[in-house]
Order: sequence, then C-alpha cells, then structure tokens
Amino acid sequence: MVIARVVGSVVSTQKNGKLEGAKLLLAQPVDLDGQDRGPAVVAIDAVDAGVGDRVLLVLDGKAAMMALDRGLAGVDAAIVGVVDSVDIPPEPARS
Amino acid sequence: MFLARVVGTVVATRKDPGLEGTKLLVIQPLRPDRTPGGKPLVAVDSVGAGAGEDVFYVRGREAALPFLPAEVPTDAAIVGIVDHWTTG
Repeated sequence: MVIARVVGSVVSTQKNGKLEGAKLLLAQPVDLDGQDRGPAVVAIDAVDAGVGDRVLLVLDGKAAMMALDRGLAGVDAAIVGVVDSVDIPPEPARS
Repeated sequence: MFLARVVGTVVATRKDPGLEGTKLLVIQPLRPDRTPGGKPLVAVDSVGAGAGEDVFYVRGREAALPFLPAEVPTDAAIVGIVDHWTTG
C-alpha cells in the first residue's frame, strides 16, 4: 500500500458491468513528506473517501478485487482506508 | 520477498472491513548493505513486527495469502522479522 491524496473524482457512465455503481476517485500517491510520487491513478473507493483525504491505496489487482467484492473484475487500484495519522518515530541509535 | 526496516505506524479508523484488526506499518525497503533503497510503503503486519525492526515482506497478490482464510485487501505484507543477514 502507499499513502495517497484524493485529488478528484471520476465519473464514467459507460463502463464495464462489474464497475456499475462503483465510486471512482483520482488518487495521487505521495511520499511521507507529502510530495507527489508518480502519476495519479483512478481507484475504486471502498471506504467513502473524499477529495482532500489522505488515504491508503492498494496497487494490485487481487487486493483491488477484494475491496470491490464482486469477484473477478478489471481493476488494479483501490482505496482501502482513510489515514488518521502516520507516526514515524526518530530512528534510535543503532549499535 | 524484500528486506525493509519498519519506520513507523499508520492509524486509519475508517477502512475496508477486511483490514479491521490488522496492524499497518510504514516500511523502508533496504539494500543488502542496509542503506535505504526505494520509496517507503505501507504493509500489513503478519508477524508482530515493530518500529526499528528489520523485516522481509512480500508484494503483489501473494501479500493477501498470509491472512487466509480472511480476505485482507493488501498488496504488501510483512512475513518475517530478520534476526540478521550477511552478504558476500
């Protein structure tokens, strides 16, 4: 999973039957410091996220299909969590 | 599978039901010489790993397998804590 920022929503009337009624969002993967990381992706939304939310994004077909919960489907990205916080403690001194 | 160091934790109250009860960790992939290699990612823990520990993890569709029969929608899973490794 990577952390991403929801930057938009995608509306598609004509789409594969397995995707009927699925909510599609545009998610921009980001680094831990919030900088954009690679291209934005169209993702299935499994958690009712919204624009501006920081989210957990899976980039794998199997995981995205489980999130969509409609069996085999042509999807490869899904939002599976809304991030409350990320805690990165300072690295301890290593001997 | 790849080597990584656990560098942090993620809290997400609202998440896919399949992720309920899982521990989400931020991991930094490591090169064999222990320097960071590549970008950090979030993985589901299957072994009780914690911050500062070196682990190995699996990516892709196989990442859901450690949690069977539960269907955990993840593309990265920590499957072992490394005691030590050597090269050369």
